[in-house]
Amino acid sequence: MKPAFSVIFFTVMSGTGYGLIVWLSALGMIDPDRAVARIGYPLAFVMISAGLLSSTLHLKSPARARHALSQWRTSWLSREGVLALATFAPICLTLWGVFVNDVLWHAATVLAAIGALLTVYCTGMIYQSIRAVRAWATPLTSLAYLLAALAGGGVVAMALTTTVHGAADLVLIAVTALALLGLMAIKIQWWRNLASPGISTVGTATGLGDASDVSLFERPHVTENWLTEEMGFRVARKHAGRLRQMALGLMIVLPVLIQLMAGGIHLLAPLAALSFLLGAFVERWLFFAEARHSVSLYYGASHA
Amino acid sequence: MTALPAHTEKKLGLVIDLDTCVGCHACAVNCKEWNTGGDLAPLSDTDPYGADVSGTWLNRIHSFEVDDGDDARLVHFPKSCLHCDDAPCVTVCPTGASLKRTEDGIVLVDEDKCMGCGLCAWACPYGAREMDAVAGVMKKCTLCVDRIYSDELPEEDRIPACVRTCPSSARHFGDLADPTSDVSLLVAARGGYDLMPEQETRPVNKYLPPRKRVSLPTPAARGDSGPPLTGFWKWLDGALEKVG
Repeated sequence: MKPAFSVIFFTVMSGTGYGLIVWLSALGMIDPDRAVARIGYPLAFVMISAGLLSSTLHLKSPARARHALSQWRTSWLSREGVLALATFAPICLTLWGVFVNDVLWHAATVLAAIGALLTVYCTGMIYQSIRAVRAWATPLTSLAYLLAALAGGGVVAMALTTTVHGAADLVLIAVTALALLGLMAIKIQWWRNLASPGISTVGTATGLGDASDVSLFERPHVTENWLTEEMGFRVARKHAGRLRQMALGLMIVLPVLIQLMAGGIHLLAPLAALSFLLGAFVERWLFFAEARHSVSLYYGASHA
Repeated sequence: MTALPAHTEKKLGLVIDLDTCVGCHACAVNCKEWNTGGDLAPLSDTDPYGADVSGTWLNRIHSFEVDDGDDARLVHFPKSCLHCDDAPCVTVCPTGASLKRTEDGIVLVDEDKCMGCGLCAWACPYGAREMDAVAGVMKKCTLCVDRIYSDELPEEDRIPACVRTCPSSARHFGDLADPTSDVSLLVAARGGYDLMPEQETRPVNKYLPPRKRVSLPTPAARGDSGPPLTGFWKWLDGALEKVG
């Protein structure tokens, strides 16, 4: 699948922003410390909004995007839109409380956290519900999106608390590290799944026999078309291997090491967040670039 | 609404005969010609006279080589929307632009609602939907809904453009919900099948497999056998023999 930058930016930035919303809510319960909230909520607001705005760049007719809130009964994309907009209400209420009334309204922060988690789940389900892209059609997809949001939000929250207070909360460090390692386990399993052959072959796509008996002789047209560009994207195998290592190293290994070794050194904590975001961009790029669509069976692939 | 109807009164669709398709692409050309000029936005082409020509098509003809050990042959394979009963392209649509009609089962795009997100094309396992680069909306086969219900066209033209133009009668149009319709009988007689049944889309369109070929005996090379030569031909044969 074509890795569209607008969608990669959206899922990484909004996902991390939503994760941060969850952590700010949890931290606010433990210690209603408005110094962190004063930086955290505006930061999360900007990350989420920037991501959502970026996602509209992916649309070919964005003026009709208002219709996208109508089909929440069947469409995960519509559900995501509805929840994303709805979650802005408690986020804005929290911002109002923190900056105007100088209080942290816990009810609002909890609602924001629930909305944030549900929105990220919907993002994962958009991809998970597409059976034609076998790599995506697994519960690991929504789980990976949720864990990436929690881990990313945690790394950013650690950077915030260390910067403000000189040290991060132990629970925050422990849970974030667990989320990061869980995410690593899921991604490794994910890549293992990707290597196994799928259910659809050029044989089932044409009904003309076993996959080994059928091969494409001629494409419909000699040039590329929208289908081959959008869904026939291929990434070189050797690059994929290197990029996977880069994704895991930047997104998981480096932040964990920085946090374990230098939890108290507040100059390094923002580096861990930066490293996570860079790694997450690589991971998300691979999420699209490595996924194969069954339409490729009509354009020369024998397995999808 | 992008919920799928539990039941459609008719299941209008196509039956495509892979045995008789000659791969001439006339169906794709007539499809493009008809559908670029209807009520909907035209099917655009980008760089149509340049080196990197690309365009929106609702029907494309792929060609496959099939070799099962006994026989090797070329099979031309036209592919357009299959108007699935469980169309995944419909339920994923966030705007309500994608729909399956209850009365005849045709899957359509309401272009006034389509925001061009492309998710429906991702959801379709068959690649039956293409984003129009100029109009910014999703395009797909309408089963020529503006022909089949037309009051103005002559009776014989009230079938999809691809079916109307096929010179080898490899395309058939009808109601596949009616077991006595011509298309249903054809599917039953020829063993019509679904594409990618494992994707659980329950396509309405069916494909008829190529018939088993009977090999003709290899003709003997002429000249070495047969009746003896006489007259001029006998003289020429002898003369050539001396020369060579």
